[in-house]
Amino acid sequence: MKLIFEKSCPGRSASGIPACDVPDCKVEEVIDQKLLRENVDLPEVAEVDLVRHYMQLSRRNFGVDIGFYPLGSCTMKYSPKVHEETASLSGFTALHPYAPADFVQGALKLMYEMRQYLSEICGMADFTLQPAAGAHGELTGIMIFKKYFEKKGEKRTKILIPDAAHGTNPASGALCGFQVVEVLSNTEGDIDIGHLKELMSEETAGLMLTNPNTLGLFERDIEEIAAIVHDRGGLLYCDGANMNALMGVARPGDMGFDVIHLNLHKTFSAPHGCGGPGSGPLGVKAHLVDFLPIPRIVKDGDRYEWSQDYPDTIGRIKSFYGNFNVMVKAYTYIRSVGPEGLKRTAEMAVLNANYIKERLKPYFRLPYDRACMHECVFSVERQAKESGVHASDIAKRLIDYGIHPPTIYFPLIVPEAMMIEPTETESRDTLDAFCDTMIVIAGEAKEYPERIKAAPLTTPVKRLDEVLAARKPDVCWHK
Amino acid sequence: MSKPNPTDRKYTNEHEWALDNHDGTITAGITDYAQELLTDIVFVELPEIGKKVRQFERLAVLESVKSVSDVYTPASGEVVAINQALADQPEIINKDAFGEGWIAKIKMADAAELNKLMDAAAYDLFIKEETQ
Repeated sequence: MKLIFEKSCPGRSASGIPACDVPDCKVEEVIDQKLLRENVDLPEVAEVDLVRHYMQLSRRNFGVDIGFYPLGSCTMKYSPKVHEETASLSGFTALHPYAPADFVQGALKLMYEMRQYLSEICGMADFTLQPAAGAHGELTGIMIFKKYFEKKGEKRTKILIPDAAHGTNPASGALCGFQVVEVLSNTEGDIDIGHLKELMSEETAGLMLTNPNTLGLFERDIEEIAAIVHDRGGLLYCDGANMNALMGVARPGDMGFDVIHLNLHKTFSAPHGCGGPGSGPLGVKAHLVDFLPIPRIVKDGDRYEWSQDYPDTIGRIKSFYGNFNVMVKAYTYIRSVGPEGLKRTAEMAVLNANYIKERLKPYFRLPYDRACMHECVFSVERQAKESGVHASDIAKRLIDYGIHPPTIYFPLIVPEAMMIEPTETESRDTLDAFCDTMIVIAGEAKEYPERIKAAPLTTPVKRLDEVLAARKPDVCWHK
Repeated sequence: MSKPNPTDRKYTNEHEWALDNHDGTITAGITDYAQELLTDIVFVELPEIGKKVRQFERLAVLESVKSVSDVYTPASGEVVAINQALADQPEIINKDAFGEGWIAKIKMADAAELNKLMDAAAYDLFIKEETQ
């Protein structure tokens, strides 16, 4: 397929501009010479060609509206279309971010209530809705850690992160100036308590933990972990990426977490990936509320107002108030499924993952064989040893069967990892179709390994040279 | 199958090797077994010359198609040379991890630290246990 640039034809245009009714002036007179560029080579196409180009591209795309998308750790659940309806209401879409509070009471009320709902779901005192996505929420959380210790006059230089953690955790810690120290997992997939005790000192700001962890397993010693961290004056951070397993059933706040970020585009069904943008609200317990970003919405009687008056705040971390449109979708979700629905969501997500785990266990190695939460992690080690078929080969073969690959090679502590998260939105028929396909692929790995190593065979673009693409990336179009 | 581990050097349990140059410096790199696990290396973040490092702390970062991994220094000291060729051709590590694919030379702060490392026979056994 040609690029839009290659379809360009000089003089063609997708729109006609009416005759100018103000005096002409030269562009050089109104724009600084330094900012002017020649030959920018923008594509010139007719509207019909433009529409066809992007329609064709979209038909080659894969998303949750096309097929099963078991991308572990990403909670690629279906995004109900009613969200688009509410988010398109002109009362929301026609708002100007500088509109005075009296003009936007509905929007402020929605954000205020959203904070309350999320606080109740997580067992936290308050939330900020500013962070633009999960990693941004993490960064905000660790900035609050930093501010908290500054305020207490303590110098803590290290932050603990388990070996199974999402890569964004050490990045957030390092960006805030902490030295990242790795905590080991034990053979059953929990945090190694002995190692944690050894590492947790008065120099350590705290621990960033995902629960359930990235192996899809509930950290069974969570209360002891919280006690170890708190006893040495540290804070406990919850990476809430896996909240879909707990929602309505258990609350991170009750487990001892001081801070949590959520991903509205995962757990709360706002669109994910290119259908985004994301939203990564951050919740804190009462002792950290003063540090939350500004501006904040306050309620005075029935009236909502912005307030900036928080001397200990970490400041503003996003332009305006975050990705508001995503909040509307997540709010719609919470209100439409209700508390019982949220609980049922978590229960079904866990049940679905366990169903897949049990069906595929005879065919792929299960490194941690115990009840999982919302996702299960297999290893392709056996196939790799026997026939040279790796996790990436199986992932690519799934594309031939119309299924999005699971997350592979993560978590890092499982060799040849394949991390499968079905979410609650899939029926048993879909789960069975997926398992049947995986079983067929396991058979192919034995009998026709070459076929899998060449996959995908049915896509517009066949197997790509990923090594060359990474070593010598060429992402710009040249004439 | 990975290449045999040379007996002229010492090994860490994070799969780095240290070759004593007998002039107060060591040459450090990753083992052939490690490069095989990492698969094709696409980027190497080298330390700066003059950087002070402490044993088993981060020396360099390797990026493969699969993941990003830290390389830990087998001994404390100061980085006195880096393998600049890796910046343009990271694949040298895949081709010759024990030779041309060395990562850095370190002027040791304490040569006795090398006693904490494994010899080739112990490392052979270590890999064998890890793969089981």
